[in-house]
Amino acid sequence: MRIVTTRRTSQIFFFLLFLWFCVVSSLGEQWWQLRGWPVNWLIQLDPLVGLGTLLATGTLYAGLLWGLLTIVMTILLGRFFCGWLCPFGTLHQAVGWLANWGRRAPWRIAANRYRRGQKVKYTLLVFLLGAAAGDLIRRLIAVPIQTPYLAAAIVVVLLMFGIGALRLRTISGGRWVTSIAAVAIGWVVLSLFTDGSRLLAASLQTGLLDPIPLFYRSVNLTLLPLVDGRLISLSVASRFYPGTVAIGAIFWAAVLLNLVIPRFYCRFICPLGALFGVLGKNALWRVGQRADGCTACGDCDRYCEGGCEPSAVIRTPECVMCMNCLADCRHGVMGYRLDPSAAGEVAAPDISKRELVAFLAAGVTAVPLARLAGMTGDAWNPTVVRPPGSLQEEEFLQRCIKCGQCMRVCPTNVIHPTGFQAGIEGIWTPMLNFRMGTSGCQHGCIACGNLCPTAAIRPISIDERLGKGGFEARGPLRIGMAFVDRGRCLPWAMDRPCIVCQENCPVSPKAIFTRIEFRPVRLDGDLRLRGMTGNRLTFDGPALPSDRFATGDYYVSLDGYPGMIPVRIVNIGPGGITLEDHPFTANAAEEDRITLLVRLQLPYVDPARCIGCGVCEHECPVKGRRAIRVTAENETRERQHRLLL
Amino acid sequence: MTEQPIDRREFLTRCTQAGLSVAAAGALGIGFYDGKAPPALSETTETVQIPDFSIAGMSGKICIARGTSQGMDRAGTVRQAFDALGGMKAFVKPGERVLLKVNAAFASPPALGATSHPDLVAAVVRLCLDAGASRVIVTDNPINDPASCFALTGIDAAARLAGAEVVIPRESLFQRFSVSGGRLIRDWPVLYAPLARVDRIIGMAPVKDHHRSGASMTLKNWYGLLGGRRNIFHQDIHTIIQELAMMIKPTVVVLDGTQSMMSNGPTGGSLSDLKPTGTLIVSTDPVAADTVGATLLGRTAADLPFIAKAESIGAGTADYRSLYLKEIQAS
Repeated sequence: MRIVTTRRTSQIFFFLLFLWFCVVSSLGEQWWQLRGWPVNWLIQLDPLVGLGTLLATGTLYAGLLWGLLTIVMTILLGRFFCGWLCPFGTLHQAVGWLANWGRRAPWRIAANRYRRGQKVKYTLLVFLLGAAAGDLIRRLIAVPIQTPYLAAAIVVVLLMFGIGALRLRTISGGRWVTSIAAVAIGWVVLSLFTDGSRLLAASLQTGLLDPIPLFYRSVNLTLLPLVDGRLISLSVASRFYPGTVAIGAIFWAAVLLNLVIPRFYCRFICPLGALFGVLGKNALWRVGQRADGCTACGDCDRYCEGGCEPSAVIRTPECVMCMNCLADCRHGVMGYRLDPSAAGEVAAPDISKRELVAFLAAGVTAVPLARLAGMTGDAWNPTVVRPPGSLQEEEFLQRCIKCGQCMRVCPTNVIHPTGFQAGIEGIWTPMLNFRMGTSGCQHGCIACGNLCPTAAIRPISIDERLGKGGFEARGPLRIGMAFVDRGRCLPWAMDRPCIVCQENCPVSPKAIFTRIEFRPVRLDGDLRLRGMTGNRLTFDGPALPSDRFATGDYYVSLDGYPGMIPVRIVNIGPGGITLEDHPFTANAAEEDRITLLVRLQLPYVDPARCIGCGVCEHECPVKGRRAIRVTAENETRERQHRLLL
Repeated sequence: MTEQPIDRREFLTRCTQAGLSVAAAGALGIGFYDGKAPPALSETTETVQIPDFSIAGMSGKICIARGTSQGMDRAGTVRQAFDALGGMKAFVKPGERVLLKVNAAFASPPALGATSHPDLVAAVVRLCLDAGASRVIVTDNPINDPASCFALTGIDAAARLAGAEVVIPRESLFQRFSVSGGRLIRDWPVLYAPLARVDRIIGMAPVKDHHRSGASMTLKNWYGLLGGRRNIFHQDIHTIIQELAMMIKPTVVVLDGTQSMMSNGPTGGSLSDLKPTGTLIVSTDPVAADTVGATLLGRTAADLPFIAKAESIGAGTADYRSLYLKEIQAS
């Protein structure tokens, strides 16, 4: 089998695998639903996810260890992931192939030449890793203050080396000493300046451009809901994800840019490709030319996917190992070998030290700049209710890669991508929107945390969620708390019985309870007692339509008899009002004023019981802006949001 | 540069093209002309009817089966209760299609008693099939996520294993419907598609506390056939239950008071909300069934205004002792 056929087979396999994982990420009991399918495997193989969370948190979570395999293979083989595995890359390659169908060789060769702009992806990578490493850098900077002896020891050892080199009269010795001294002074000064500041922080933003999370997010949130119908039936109710315009626009822009330059995203944007470029620069095997036989025909550049110029000095970090040059060379010059290319190689990515430092510094400082808004502190947005098991906000932002797996798997479609509600760092992270979906956050469900590939949402157990078993002392997990808006609530504001919220509250005993209140009904004039025969009462005054007042919720009472219990109206007919029993005091007189009362059950929320599941908000009949709404107040994950003593 | 004069052929071609384009544009414009503004709300033209599913000769029959101890066997008890009223064959004729309207309102496990028990659903499905039913459909429009509700309550698996078809509601299954003589159910989406496909309907509900209406039993259970923003009907809960009784005339109802949800209804959520009450009622009169069910909750018909309201429109009688009453001891 030709190597290109093998490569295509691999690409098709992983592309279909990706689509299959997207499809089966549905909660259910069918074999094609989430029944142990390793739906996160491709995310775990993506080493940028592992590296990003490692930098941000100092740990490599569970399955992310798979990324190590990719890294090892890349170091040995080069960017095989891009050309052989990456489903997003496969999509670009296929679209580029279709879009440039029938183009002539000169156009293709021109389109596939190396461009300076291809270094942008390295700057993006450095920027994103810089943003993720903020916390680590803060801790490094703090060393001279916190463990001055260690810092001094490091500096002294380095200086000794420098002085030793100076003694040996090497030219670089002097530079050594001065630069080490400069770094040491800078270190101390920086540590003095930033000491006590909590702003230098880590924020994982690789997911914005990392192709695997990007592709998952795009397919899960913007493509599957559109094709979910009779043929591909994934959910009973249509799925909605507010704010997906931007996600879709970025996805389609990336796809359509293949019309301009094939594999535009891979060559110019992809930070994962950049990481592979860096890792694979010293790959053992690499694509290159043999010593002789090259006629400079240029055929190898014609279908080059990476834009790495195999016809000339090949740029190894750009090579995506599509192997097209091997197949296209009619002179047998191109090969994938241990020997370096006879025409020469550029092994290092095309990015200078000063660019590297500049973008690293930009990434490191961008996060503190964003944190100045205070969204992780006092300016936290209470409308951002995170899924159950979410880490405390700062740690959450160090892990969430915005892949949208939680939004895909949520059985009630209540998890949605955040816009700017959680600050610029929180874009496309999950938040709950109880106005949408088929129900609130079902309190017996723990799907999102168990699917989250980075444990931004912890994989909690049902017992932990419900506060049972070993979690009884701590009680159930709260994601927020419901507040009754008394200005919009039917019973509170409009004297209409309702309490749908109380009915649907799923915790036992219910977090929503009611207090009964009899309120006088607004009528056009006074009701006066005319007479009373048995349970039947006649009156003078405005007409009382039976379909309004004989519903079982309306009562009458007589003014001037304190302590009288209101009596329910059973029926209203031409003969007067039929009451449930014969209540009126014997000395009730004609012309006594009758008060018509409505019996209201007024809803209250018990903060000690409410878990913030939002079923009440979802079911509230005031459908626009709900009369009961959940905010993140009292959520378990943030101590500072605690409400009760 | 010399100017090229237009030749006759080109002049004629261009005139024809221009003429056709003008004609096409004019035809499109005039063809789609509409002098009136669109109406405020598009009127629904379809009016569907829901047939009367009751059997004339079977009206006014009720069987109250009481268990000897806790741990009553629902499947055996419901069979004995039906047998006391002439067997399932008296209700379902061979070849008929039967709809079981269960209560699958909440995504909670069967042990919490907030929904129809899967054992009971499976037993009634089997009774129908044994009586010769050609098809048994199980449905409900739950409050929580429909797919989760059917899965977690165990109803989906139990019903399918017993040989029934489970219909999980989708938007396309609803049709706008008006109850004749009704005030609330006017032009309202109703889970119509399964209703249209059956000859008989059996209502199945557990006995549950319900803060707003007093109790949720067989009459309140028809709420699960409504779609749309049905929650606004809670403003007038007793009247909506009355209209649901006007909408559905069931073949028979099964009220499960094996255990009753005494508090925290209708969701429950804790075993302590339940109490073994050892009673199962099969009745062709849903009002009578609910009247008996109310006693299990320690309430009376007078505490539940919807009972009198349902009675007043002829849906049944609260005086269940006046009916053909069988009281049996389940063994």
